[in-house]
Amino acid sequence: MLSRNIWKGGASMSDLIGLLFVGVGIAFDFFGCLGLIRLPDVYNRLQAATKSVTLGTCSILFGAFLILGITPAGLKALLCIVFIVLTSPVSAHAVARGAYISGVKLWEGSVVDMYKEVAPVRDKIKDQKA
Amino acid sequence: MNQGNKQGLSDSKGLRRVRWVFGIIAFACCFGIIILQPPSALYYPHLPFMGFFKRAFYILLMSFSICLYRIVKGPTPPDRIVAVDILGVLIVGFCALMNITTHRSWYIDIGIAWALQSFIAALALAKYLEGRGLDE
Repeated sequence: MLSRNIWKGGASMSDLIGLLFVGVGIAFDFFGCLGLIRLPDVYNRLQAATKSVTLGTCSILFGAFLILGITPAGLKALLCIVFIVLTSPVSAHAVARGAYISGVKLWEGSVVDMYKEVAPVRDKIKDQKA
Repeated sequence: MNQGNKQGLSDSKGLRRVRWVFGIIAFACCFGIIILQPPSALYYPHLPFMGFFKRAFYILLMSFSICLYRIVKGPTPPDRIVAVDILGVLIVGFCALMNITTHRSWYIDIGIAWALQSFIAALALAKYLEGRGLDE
Protein backbone atom coordinates (compact mmCIF):
# COMPACT_ATOMS: atom_id res chain seq x y z
CA MET A 1 0.00 0.00 0.00
CA LEU A 2 2.95 2.31 0.46
CA SER A 3 3.76 1.92 -3.22
CA ARG A 4 0.99 4.44 -3.94
CA ASN A 5 2.97 7.28 -2.39
CA ILE A 6 2.27 10.77 -3.61
CA TRP A 7 5.73 11.92 -2.60
CA LYS A 8 7.41 9.53 -5.00
CA GLY A 9 6.23 9.03 -8.52
CA GLY A 10 3.62 11.12 -10.28
CA ALA A 11 0.27 12.09 -8.81
CA SER A 12 -2.68 10.27 -10.30
CA MET A 13 -6.05 11.87 -11.04
CA SER A 14 -7.61 10.73 -7.76
CA ASP A 15 -4.67 12.28 -5.89
CA LEU A 16 -5.34 15.62 -7.53
CA ILE A 17 -9.08 15.44 -6.74
CA GLY A 18 -8.20 14.53 -3.16
CA LEU A 19 -5.91 17.55 -2.90
CA LEU A 20 -8.77 19.73 -4.19
CA PHE A 21 -11.04 18.30 -1.45
CA VAL A 22 -8.35 19.00 1.15
CA GLY A 23 -8.02 22.62 0.00
CA VAL A 24 -11.78 23.20 0.11
CA GLY A 25 -11.92 21.67 3.58
CA ILE A 26 -9.12 23.92 4.85
CA ALA A 27 -10.99 26.97 3.53
CA PHE A 28 -14.23 25.90 5.25
CA ASP A 29 -12.37 25.31 8.54
CA PHE A 30 -10.75 28.71 8.43
CA PHE A 31 -13.97 30.58 7.66
CA GLY A 32 -15.75 28.73 10.45
CA CYS A 33 -13.09 29.82 12.92
CA LEU A 34 -13.30 33.36 11.58
CA GLY A 35 -16.99 33.29 12.48
CA LEU A 36 -15.96 32.15 15.96
CA ILE A 37 -14.22 35.47 16.64
CA ARG A 38 -16.36 37.76 14.50
CA LEU A 39 -19.94 37.08 15.57
CA PRO A 40 -21.46 38.76 18.63
CA ASP A 41 -23.26 35.99 20.49
CA VAL A 42 -22.89 32.42 21.74
CA TYR A 43 -25.71 31.16 19.54
CA ASN A 44 -24.42 32.92 16.43
CA ARG A 45 -20.94 31.55 17.01
CA LEU A 46 -22.27 28.05 17.50
CA GLN A 47 -24.38 28.34 14.36
CA ALA A 48 -21.50 29.58 12.22
CA ALA A 49 -18.69 27.48 13.59
CA THR A 50 -20.25 24.05 14.03
CA LYS A 51 -21.74 23.66 10.58
CA SER A 52 -18.87 24.91 8.49
CA VAL A 53 -16.12 23.26 10.58
CA THR A 54 -17.94 19.93 10.45
CA LEU A 55 -18.28 20.16 6.67
CA GLY A 56 -14.65 21.24 6.29
CA THR A 57 -13.28 18.39 8.36
CA CYS A 58 -15.45 15.89 6.50
CA SER A 59 -14.07 17.27 3.25
CA ILE A 60 -10.48 16.86 4.49
CA LEU A 61 -11.20 13.28 5.53
CA PHE A 62 -12.79 12.48 2.16
CA GLY A 63 -9.74 13.92 0.43
CA ALA A 64 -7.60 11.69 2.63
CA PHE A 65 -9.70 8.71 1.54
CA LEU A 66 -9.23 9.60 -2.13
CA ILE A 67 -5.47 10.00 -1.69
CA LEU A 68 -4.91 6.90 0.43
CA GLY A 69 -7.14 4.65 -1.68
CA ILE A 70 -8.90 1.55 -0.36
CA THR A 71 -6.44 0.82 2.41
CA PRO A 72 -7.07 0.41 6.15
CA ALA A 73 -6.20 4.08 6.70
CA GLY A 74 -8.59 5.27 3.96
CA LEU A 75 -11.47 3.19 5.28
CA LYS A 76 -10.78 4.52 8.77
CA ALA A 77 -11.08 8.03 7.32
CA LEU A 78 -14.53 7.13 5.95
CA LEU A 79 -15.50 5.75 9.39
CA CYS A 80 -14.33 8.99 10.97
CA ILE A 81 -16.59 10.96 8.58
CA VAL A 82 -19.56 8.92 9.81
CA PHE A 83 -18.64 9.56 13.46
CA ILE A 84 -18.27 13.31 12.99
CA VAL A 85 -21.49 13.71 11.00
CA LEU A 86 -23.41 11.79 13.66
CA THR A 87 -21.93 13.39 16.77
CA SER A 88 -21.25 17.04 15.96
CA PRO A 89 -24.88 18.29 15.52
CA VAL A 90 -25.94 16.44 18.67
CA SER A 91 -23.26 18.08 20.79
CA ALA A 92 -23.99 21.49 19.27
CA HIS A 93 -27.70 21.12 20.06
CA ALA A 94 -26.95 20.06 23.62
CA VAL A 95 -24.56 22.96 24.19
CA ALA A 96 -27.07 25.48 22.79
CA ARG A 97 -29.84 24.13 25.03
CA GLY A 98 -27.54 24.19 28.05
CA ALA A 99 -26.49 27.75 27.27
CA TYR A 100 -30.11 28.90 27.02
CA ILE A 101 -31.14 27.18 30.23
CA SER A 102 -28.12 28.44 32.15
CA GLY A 103 -29.26 31.96 31.38
CA VAL A 104 -26.98 33.35 28.67
CA LYS A 105 -28.84 36.23 27.05
CA LEU A 106 -29.30 36.71 23.34
CA TRP A 107 -27.63 39.52 21.40
CA GLU A 108 -29.51 42.83 21.57
CA GLY A 109 -30.12 42.81 17.83
CA SER A 110 -31.82 39.40 17.81
CA VAL A 111 -35.22 39.49 16.15
CA VAL A 112 -37.18 36.55 17.55
CA ASP A 113 -36.86 34.18 20.50
CA MET A 114 -39.44 31.41 20.17
CA TYR A 115 -37.80 29.05 22.65
CA LYS A 116 -38.68 31.38 25.54
CA GLU A 117 -42.24 30.05 25.83
CA VAL A 118 -41.36 26.39 26.15
CA ALA A 119 -37.89 26.45 27.70
CA PRO A 120 -37.56 25.08 31.21
CA VAL A 121 -36.02 27.63 33.55
CA ARG A 122 -33.16 26.61 35.75
CA ASP A 123 -34.87 27.54 39.03
CA LYS A 124 -37.89 25.41 38.16
CA ILE A 125 -35.68 22.38 37.71
CA LYS A 126 -34.09 22.99 41.08
CA ASP A 127 -37.55 23.29 42.68
CA GLN A 128 -38.65 20.01 41.18
CA LYS A 129 -35.59 18.36 42.58
CA ALA A 130 -36.11 19.77 46.05
CA MET B 1 -35.45 45.83 16.96
CA ASN B 2 -34.57 49.43 16.21
CA GLN B 3 -33.86 50.04 19.87
CA GLY B 4 -31.72 46.94 19.94
CA ASN B 5 -29.65 48.16 17.04
CA LYS B 6 -29.11 51.48 18.75
CA GLN B 7 -27.95 49.68 21.88
CA GLY B 8 -25.68 47.48 19.83
CA LEU B 9 -23.92 50.51 18.43
CA SER B 10 -23.30 51.94 21.87
CA ASP B 11 -19.53 51.70 21.34
CA SER B 12 -18.06 54.83 19.91
CA LYS B 13 -17.78 54.65 16.16
CA GLY B 14 -14.09 55.54 16.07
CA LEU B 15 -13.16 52.67 18.39
CA ARG B 16 -14.98 50.16 16.19
CA ARG B 17 -13.21 51.51 13.13
CA VAL B 18 -9.79 51.23 14.81
CA ARG B 19 -10.53 47.63 15.83
CA TRP B 20 -11.56 46.74 12.27
CA VAL B 21 -8.41 48.28 10.80
CA PHE B 22 -6.12 46.50 13.27
CA GLY B 23 -7.84 43.16 12.71
CA ILE B 24 -7.61 43.44 8.94
CA ILE B 25 -3.93 44.42 9.15
CA ALA B 26 -3.19 41.44 11.44
CA PHE B 27 -4.94 38.96 9.14
CA ALA B 28 -3.25 40.44 6.08
CA CYS B 29 0.15 40.03 7.75
CA CYS B 30 -0.59 36.39 8.66
CA PHE B 31 -1.78 35.57 5.16
CA GLY B 32 1.15 37.37 3.60
CA ILE B 33 3.59 35.30 5.65
CA ILE B 34 1.68 32.10 4.83
CA ILE B 35 1.04 32.55 1.13
CA LEU B 36 4.12 34.48 0.04
CA GLN B 37 6.68 31.93 1.19
CA PRO B 38 9.59 31.14 -1.12
CA PRO B 39 8.62 28.23 -3.40
CA SER B 40 9.39 25.00 -1.60
CA ALA B 41 10.37 23.29 -4.86
CA LEU B 42 13.72 25.05 -4.44
CA TYR B 43 14.40 23.28 -1.16
CA TYR B 44 12.53 20.01 -1.58
CA PRO B 45 12.63 19.11 -5.28
CA HIS B 46 11.81 15.46 -4.52
CA LEU B 47 8.59 16.28 -2.60
CA PRO B 48 6.13 17.66 -5.14
CA PHE B 49 3.25 18.88 -2.94
CA MET B 50 5.28 20.20 -0.01
CA GLY B 51 4.23 23.83 -0.48
CA PHE B 52 0.52 22.99 -0.56
CA PHE B 53 0.66 20.95 2.64
CA LYS B 54 2.87 23.54 4.34
CA ARG B 55 0.33 26.29 3.68
CA ALA B 56 -2.52 23.99 4.72
CA PHE B 57 -0.82 23.28 8.06
CA TYR B 58 -0.18 26.97 8.65
CA ILE B 59 -3.83 27.87 7.99
CA LEU B 60 -4.94 25.10 10.37
CA LEU B 61 -2.57 26.48 13.02
CA MET B 62 -4.16 29.92 12.54
CA SER B 63 -7.56 28.31 13.16
CA PHE B 64 -6.20 26.65 16.32
CA SER B 65 -4.94 29.99 17.60
CA ILE B 66 -8.34 31.60 16.92
CA CYS B 67 -10.02 28.85 18.96
CA LEU B 68 -7.50 29.30 21.79
CA TYR B 69 -8.20 33.05 21.77
CA ARG B 70 -11.91 32.35 22.15
CA ILE B 71 -11.23 29.86 24.97
CA VAL B 72 -9.12 32.40 26.87
CA LYS B 73 -11.25 35.47 26.27
CA GLY B 74 -14.76 34.06 25.97
CA PRO B 75 -17.10 36.08 28.17
CA THR B 76 -19.42 33.22 29.16
CA PRO B 77 -18.84 29.51 29.88
CA PRO B 78 -20.77 28.26 26.80
CA ASP B 79 -18.37 30.22 24.60
CA ARG B 80 -15.46 28.22 25.95
CA ILE B 81 -17.32 24.94 25.58
CA VAL B 82 -18.14 25.72 21.94
CA ALA B 83 -14.51 26.62 21.26
CA VAL B 84 -13.25 23.38 22.83
CA ASP B 85 -15.73 21.39 20.74
CA ILE B 86 -14.61 23.14 17.54
CA LEU B 87 -10.96 22.58 18.48
CA GLY B 88 -11.62 18.85 18.78
CA VAL B 89 -13.14 18.69 15.30
CA LEU B 90 -10.21 20.68 13.88
CA ILE B 91 -7.69 18.30 15.43
CA VAL B 92 -9.37 15.40 13.62
CA GLY B 93 -8.69 17.18 10.32
CA PHE B 94 -5.12 17.82 11.45
CA CYS B 95 -4.66 14.10 12.12
CA ALA B 96 -5.97 13.30 8.62
CA LEU B 97 -3.44 15.70 7.08
CA MET B 98 -0.63 14.15 9.14
CA ASN B 99 -1.75 10.74 7.90
CA ILE B 100 -1.51 11.91 4.29
CA THR B 101 1.88 13.56 4.62
CA THR B 102 3.71 11.02 6.76
CA HIS B 103 1.90 7.76 5.80
CA ARG B 104 1.69 6.70 9.43
CA SER B 105 -1.77 5.19 9.67
CA TRP B 106 -2.07 5.47 13.45
CA TYR B 107 -2.74 9.20 13.13
CA ILE B 108 -6.25 8.47 11.85
CA ASP B 109 -6.80 6.17 14.85
CA ILE B 110 -6.00 9.13 17.07
CA GLY B 111 -8.53 11.14 15.03
CA ILE B 112 -11.36 8.65 15.58
CA ALA B 113 -10.66 8.41 19.30
CA TRP B 114 -10.46 12.21 19.61
CA ALA B 115 -13.82 12.67 17.82
CA LEU B 116 -15.65 10.30 20.17
CA GLN B 117 -13.91 11.71 23.24
CA SER B 118 -14.77 15.32 22.39
CA PHE B 119 -18.39 14.31 21.75
CA ILE B 120 -18.67 12.78 25.21
CA ALA B 121 -16.93 15.79 26.77
CA ALA B 122 -19.30 18.23 25.05
CA LEU B 123 -22.36 16.28 26.21
CA ALA B 124 -21.11 16.18 29.80
CA LEU B 125 -20.36 19.91 29.80
CA ALA B 126 -23.81 20.66 28.35
CA LYS B 127 -25.40 18.65 31.15
CA TYR B 128 -23.32 20.63 33.60
CA LEU B 129 -24.58 23.87 32.06
CA GLU B 130 -28.19 22.78 32.44
CA GLY B 131 -27.57 22.35 36.13
CA ARG B 132 -28.50 18.69 36.26
CA GLY B 133 -26.60 15.72 37.55
CA LEU B 134 -24.70 13.48 35.19
CA ASP B 135 -26.88 10.44 35.86
CA GLU B 136 -30.19 11.87 34.59
